[in-house]
Parts: sequence; C-alpha cells; structure tokens
Amino acid sequence: MYVAVKGGERAIDAAHDWLAEQRRGDTTVPELDVAQIREQMTLAVNRVMAEGSLYDPDLAALAIKQARGDLIEAIFLIRAYRTTLPRFGTSRPLDTGAMDCMRRISATFKDAPGGQVLGPTFDYTHRLLDFKLAADGEDGASASAAVEPPETAPARVPHITGFLGRDGLIEQEPASDEAPPDLTRTPLELPTTRALRLQALARGDEGFLLGLAYSTQRGYARNHAFVGELRIGTVPVEMEIPELGFTVELGEITLTECETVNQFTGSKTEPAQFTRGYGLSFGQTERKAIAVALVDRALRWRELGEDDQGAPAQDEEFVLSHADNIQATGFLEHIKLPHYVDFQSELELVRKLRRQATQATETEAAQ
Amino acid sequence: MTDYNFAYLDEQTKRMIRRAILKGLAIPGYQVPFASREMPMPYGWGTGGVQLSAATLTPDDRLKVIDQGADDTTNAVSIRKFFEKTARVATTEHTPDASVIQTRHRIPEAPLSEDQILIYQVPIPEPLRFLEPSEVETRKMHELSEYGLMHVKLYEDIARHGHIATSYAYPVQVEGRYVMDPSPIPKFDNPKLSDCAAIQLFGAGREQRIYALPPHTKVVSLDFEDHPFDPSKADAPCALCGDTSSYLDEVITDDAGTRMYVCSDTDHCQTRREAGHSKETAA
Repeated sequence: MYVAVKGGERAIDAAHDWLAEQRRGDTTVPELDVAQIREQMTLAVNRVMAEGSLYDPDLAALAIKQARGDLIEAIFLIRAYRTTLPRFGTSRPLDTGAMDCMRRISATFKDAPGGQVLGPTFDYTHRLLDFKLAADGEDGASASAAVEPPETAPARVPHITGFLGRDGLIEQEPASDEAPPDLTRTPLELPTTRALRLQALARGDEGFLLGLAYSTQRGYARNHAFVGELRIGTVPVEMEIPELGFTVELGEITLTECETVNQFTGSKTEPAQFTRGYGLSFGQTERKAIAVALVDRALRWRELGEDDQGAPAQDEEFVLSHADNIQATGFLEHIKLPHYVDFQSELELVRKLRRQATQATETEAAQ
Repeated sequence: MTDYNFAYLDEQTKRMIRRAILKGLAIPGYQVPFASREMPMPYGWGTGGVQLSAATLTPDDRLKVIDQGADDTTNAVSIRKFFEKTARVATTEHTPDASVIQTRHRIPEAPLSEDQILIYQVPIPEPLRFLEPSEVETRKMHELSEYGLMHVKLYEDIARHGHIATSYAYPVQVEGRYVMDPSPIPKFDNPKLSDCAAIQLFGAGREQRIYALPPHTKVVSLDFEDHPFDPSKADAPCALCGDTSSYLDEVITDDAGTRMYVCSDTDHCQTRREAGHSKETAA
C-alpha cells in the first residue's frame, strides 16, 4: 500500500535508460557525430562555449549532442567540466586590434580604414525556408566553391573608436595591465568593478541580456547606442611563462567584439563627449556581444554621473544576480524536487488557523 | 571517472571550502562568502551541501544522505551515488553509523554525536532576504545586528493570523548574535539545532555562502514572550511504527483522499519497527 517513498533508485535508473533512448531517437536515422555538430551547428557551439566559459568547440559539440540540443543543459555540462580544470594563470591582454577579421562593420561611419566587411552574416538574407537543404545531397551554396578569402588581409584593422578618441570625441578608458579578478574563483562582491561586470555578462544568458538590452532601447535607462564597431575574427592568445622569461602563443580563438558609441556627457569643466559600451564574447556571437555592450553602458550610470532611473538594466545587483542561466535554471527547476516536509508543515499551520477561525465564528454565533 | 580527484573537487578548491568552513565555525551563524564551484548537478539540487561534503569527506568516512528525512528519495539516491562513485566512501542509511550526513529539509530524529557532521543544503541562506532583496543592505543589517525588521514581520503575522505564519525555514538567533536561516527544515526540527553535539554545516552553492554551528552552540528560535515558539507537527501517531513524537509525512492513499501519517525519517521508522514497535504497540 505504501510505496511513495521507496523505489527512488530503480526509478532513476529507468529514467536514465529512457533518456538515453530518447536522445538517440529513431535508430533507422543515422546518428549525428560530434564533428558534424561542431562543423554544422557552429553558432550553437559558439553559444555553449561563450556561456560555458570554456573555449573548446569539440567539447561544446559533445555537450550539445549529450544534451539533446538543449543549449542551457549543454552549457551546464561544459561548466561542470570546466570547474574541474586547473587554472594556470592569466594570459597577456588580447589585442583585438590585431584581429584577423572575418566580419567588421561600423554603423557610425560609411567607410573607415579596414573597410566594411560583411562576412558570413544572416543580416541581409531573406528568411525564406530553403527547401533545397531539406532534400538529400549538397545544397547549392556549398557546392559552388567557397568564397576565396582575400589574398592579403590587412595586418591591423584600427578600432573605429580610436578615430573618435584621437579627436577627444569619446571618453578615454584608462589602460590597465592588471590581471582581472576571476568570477569563478572569487565570490561576487557588490558593488563590483566594470571588468568583473563584463566578465559576468560575457557568461550571462543571451536571452536575459537580450531582453535587458532591449529594455534600454525602449526607454528603461535609454542610452541611445550606435554600433561604433562590430568585429568577429581570430586573435592569438599569448601567455608569459615566468620560467622562460618570454611570452608564448597558446593558440588562436575566435571572438566577437562590440563597441558602442553612446549619448554624450559634458559639464562646465569638460566639453561634451561620447561614452562607451563594450561587449566581448567567445565565437561568432554578435547578438550577445551587442547586448552586453548595451547593458554595460546602462550599468555605468553612476560612474558617468547619470540619474538612477530605477530601470532594471541599471541595477548592478539585479543584473548580475540573475544573468547566469545555470544558476537561474537550477533554482527555477528545483521546485520539482520533493518538498513534502515543508508542505506538511504548511498544511498543519493552515489547518490550525482554519480550525481557530471556525471555532471563533461558532463561539460568536453561540453568543 | 578515474580522471577526477577524490570526491570530485580538486584539492585547491577543497582547501578554499575548508577555510570558509573554519571561518564559519569561528563566527557561528555568520554567512561566509565562498567561491562556489559549478557542480555536475544543478543549482537547487544541493550543490552547496555537495561541496561541503566533498571538502569534508575522507576515505574512512561513512556517508548518509537524506532528502525530506528519507534515504530513498530520488535526489538523496543521486547524491549518495555521486559520492560512491567519486569518493568510493562507505555509505549507510543508519543515522548512528554515519560520520557525515548530508540532508535536505530535515534533521534526523536520532540524537547526533560528537563524531558526526551534519551538512545542510541551503537554497536561500539570507534570513532577511524576503524582507530586504538587496544583499548590500542585508549584509549591513547583519553587521549592525539590525534585526528589527524581522521582529516586525513576526509581529505582523501575529496581528494578522494570531500566529507566527512561518512553519519552515523558521529564523533563529545564534549565541545572541547572528540571525540565521536554518534552511527549510520544518520548525519542528528547530530545537534540535541548539546544543547539538555534532558539527552543523550549511552550504548554499548558488548564493555562494557557507555558515556553521560548532557543537553545543546555543540556537534560539525567534519569538515573543507572549507568543512563545511552538514546534508543531501532525497530531497523529506514525501508521507504521506508532511513534507519537517524530515528524510525520501525510500520504494520500487512495482516490477518495484517505490520509495516512508516516515518519518522515525513514531510518528512525525502520529502526523502531525492527525493535517491534507498530501502531498497535503504541496504543
């Protein structure tokens, strides 16, 4: 008769078996391999790397396969793996000016040194389902020989904001070679610094940041952002090895960098100047990088002497406490776990309150 | 799993957690921030408790894991399996045999001893959180022992309902200093927090906090002179072992809504039944 509490172990094993079967799906359909996901689901792989805070396309692809395409679950797998890795040290600051860009656009200048390079973007596609892709065999695009990369890529593509900075039109961000704090090794303390905020945003949930950034565009702490520049490409990662006394290149990673040019500030002592928002993210993840830049700018209200409008995107504690999708999904979904004990104590209390209320009414009626 | 360290976490991380534990024990009830790691189970599933267990376990330990008082609830099974796999420690369901007990939402009925550690999983470590959403503010309130807001809340409960309307995660004050959240244990369990012989550790993974009660710490549930604290439970004996003093779960046994009350602490219930107790012997 009494079965509710016992049997958990067998139930878990059965659920895991069923999950594995569901993940595989119809066995008459060939199984996806990790390389296919890595090569053909690149943007999903990029998102998992960015929010998983681990640059490893193979592991990200494996996580996506294991998670049945649930990207937050895949990010979770990557985070749980990352947490076991030792931390060797801090790289040299990346030089995004030396990026080998596959995409580089500016919304503020029609042309600039380095040019406008569209790169592989959905921006100007017509969103029409391409039924050719559903048919077997190669689609037209990939069959007709890939676009030849330009023979000689320009060595350095200067930052657009550098041009504005030269004329004093945009605020200068003081340079620093200081090793930034590591959010995954030190607990978050508030208020925090811009470097740590940007780090938290870089691994924050794309959807949450998109919504927040959008809210600033719609008037909740509006700061009117122009995309001064968006660039995507590879940069070398270098690390100084103290034992060797020089820096070695560890490899190359793909990054998306967004610099926004925002509403100006000025005062009696300082003439008007544009301000900056900044977003940097692993892989080709431009929606994320733009969103981070807008939220970064909104969070800087105090430093820039702006008013607190009470907007969510201005509230550092609110943004940083809720941007991490692994924290959020864990706490949200944990309410599926048993709460018999707490609920039981609530039941007792409600019954007691009701009993007393009924008694009180009865006594009143009797009088 | 052979690639992972003993009990999953690397030694540096365990050292960091142990430092936080020691600080917590030195300042009972104070929430020590710690660099909580991502664990292979989700936040909300007990990552704080799991990290404390990982940092506490030694190869000689014997681990017991309970959820809602039971060893066989799914999440307890899952966490016990995790440590069986990553730490290869012995496990037990019998409270007196365990050296480390990880729990969610209950304190075992059997009294704990000096060579045991009780580890609680904590969802929201901040007892003032629902009165003041900002962490900056609540830390300041703790610094200044500014707990008036909590008393006002309890008073408002009494004014509105005639009772303090908090039945679990009932706030306590530790050695007359820090107000502490005992984790969502039913208030029935609150008296067991005080003067407990075992070390009690509390871990909140998502919120990155550890706090602790050293053995025999005085822990008082907040109340008023004219509304004293009242640990309550279902007013019935256990249908299986007949105990009238243990905390009970209410189980609906058929479509007509028939109820049955059984011990929430399954080991306690089992031990009593093995000793020959039943509903009949109780009467």
